[in-house]
Amino acid sequence: MLPVSMDDLAEKANLLRTEVVKMLVNAGTGHSAGPLGSADFWTMLFFGGLINYKADEPWWEERDRVVLSAGHYCPILYAVLAEAGFFPKSELMTLRQLGSRLQGHPVARKLPGIETSSGPLGQGISQAVGMALAARTDGKRWRVVCFMGDGEQDEGQVWEAYLCAAKYALLNLTVVIDRNNIQIDGHTENVMPLDSLAAKLTAFNFNVLEVDGHNLGEIKEAYERAKVFFEKPTAIILRTIPGKGVDFMENEPGWHGKVPSPAEEILALAELKKND
Amino acid sequence: MINAEMFLVNDLTKILKIAMRDGYGEGLTEAGRRNEKVVVLVADLMESTRTDLFKAEFPERFFEMGISEQNMMGVAAGMAACGKVPFVNSFACFNPGRNWEQLRLSVCLSGNNVKVVGGHAGFGNGTDGGNQQMFEDIALARVLPHLTVVVPADYEQAKKMALAMADFSGPVYMRMTKPKRAVVTTMGTPLTIGKAQILRSGKEATVFACGAMVYEALLAAEELAGEIDVEVINVHTIKPLDKETILGSARKTKRVVTAEEHSIIGGLGGAIAELLSEEYPAPMKRVGMGDKFGETGEPDELLVKYGMTKEAIIGKIRELL
Repeated sequence: MLPVSMDDLAEKANLLRTEVVKMLVNAGTGHSAGPLGSADFWTMLFFGGLINYKADEPWWEERDRVVLSAGHYCPILYAVLAEAGFFPKSELMTLRQLGSRLQGHPVARKLPGIETSSGPLGQGISQAVGMALAARTDGKRWRVVCFMGDGEQDEGQVWEAYLCAAKYALLNLTVVIDRNNIQIDGHTENVMPLDSLAAKLTAFNFNVLEVDGHNLGEIKEAYERAKVFFEKPTAIILRTIPGKGVDFMENEPGWHGKVPSPAEEILALAELKKND
Repeated sequence: MINAEMFLVNDLTKILKIAMRDGYGEGLTEAGRRNEKVVVLVADLMESTRTDLFKAEFPERFFEMGISEQNMMGVAAGMAACGKVPFVNSFACFNPGRNWEQLRLSVCLSGNNVKVVGGHAGFGNGTDGGNQQMFEDIALARVLPHLTVVVPADYEQAKKMALAMADFSGPVYMRMTKPKRAVVTTMGTPLTIGKAQILRSGKEATVFACGAMVYEALLAAEELAGEIDVEVINVHTIKPLDKETILGSARKTKRVVTAEEHSIIGGLGGAIAELLSEEYPAPMKRVGMGDKFGETGEPDELLVKYGMTKEAIIGKIRELL
């Protein structure tokens, strides 16, 4: 992969946000805040040289496994995969439509690049642990990255999986948690307090890194550090602004699980254009 | 008349009793020898599930998951997505009781090749009480798309089933009970997942049974011999049902009894009632657990109290005459 400048990546993230807004408006239902808030991370992951993949050979044996545990983030993953060439961009507008490969929440292997089924929260992390264990058992070099929401941490299964990842010292596993502080019913600290998340993860025997989830350089550095940390699995806490890039959505829990109206779409796209 | 092609034991009155889980443990270890992709996960019940045999021979393919059945199912799904053939093990009340949603999404919706083994089902955990006597697992499993559901009749069949599951492509749930139970099949008895077995042919009533109730059904048929000619079919695969064999027998005998150590709601009896009501409505009675929970007691005492015995089967057959 050719080196890409941080400016190019920032521009790509903005483009992907635009795609996400269009997809969501077209679909009429879905989740806005998380996909917009994590666009910088996803852009860096796929286009910043952090992971190995072949878009024209999506099930290449040696690929790094990207597991989306928080399935409701799928619009941004779909947009990133299309941008990377896993499937035609024209398909993005079929999101949530009957017969589409872009299911409302991802279904494993139904679409190139989609490793697991998700939606019910907390299940991706266990599958990521299983993949990392399989890679270890077979002496494979590929790595696993699991993307999770912060509200998702409420699920007990998540902590079972963390215990297991630490037991087997899965240094080939990187967990990325979008710490945007919102979930459907409001702010995470009101719904079910999570802080200090870093202290909890440290106590669960993870190597914990916290970064500004909108700083591409910090994301890259954290992921590269996770790759060379040889004692424990790593958790990267991404501090993000939900709805990032669209002022009226930012930090508003109400935008977790709804999509812009056509009128709001015009405002949102205008704002994103301004960011270019 | 006993079906000679099934190579059952010669004398049903002189029977050996061995736990199904012993057969499973042996079969699983043999599956491990034949296929290096077979891996085993257990939730802190290694000895109870007889997976210690596998661990002794293949420690590098054995994963102790602790008391975390939900995570165990997900880890297995992730391993299956990487080409492994994982067997996940615990008591049926936790596996698939506790981790049913993980079975649904991570395994079945995704089509991951995971083998789920629920032990100590029915009254298996007798004295432990109703809390972990699982009578709902077949119903829970049967409703899931993509999932095959099997119930071996005895030790020998559990051994064969472990091997068959390892070779089978797609997710499978197998349930077993705990106590030593009659071994009616032999090494020579065939086993094909999805193919019900006519163990005894008869003309006047059919008992469709699964698990340890197969032996009770055979005893019932023998006892009624000369009075009522009873066919006994071992429905070791609850899903997909062997419709051809089941409908063929119902058309012939026109009287149907089902027998299982499971709730009469949603299990073998439920499955056969669904099939017959659409394809060939026939008078039918179900032997199994009523709509209730169990209680503390020895398994054999409980089976009598809750009516899952040879006598109960005979009673239901007579009601149909």
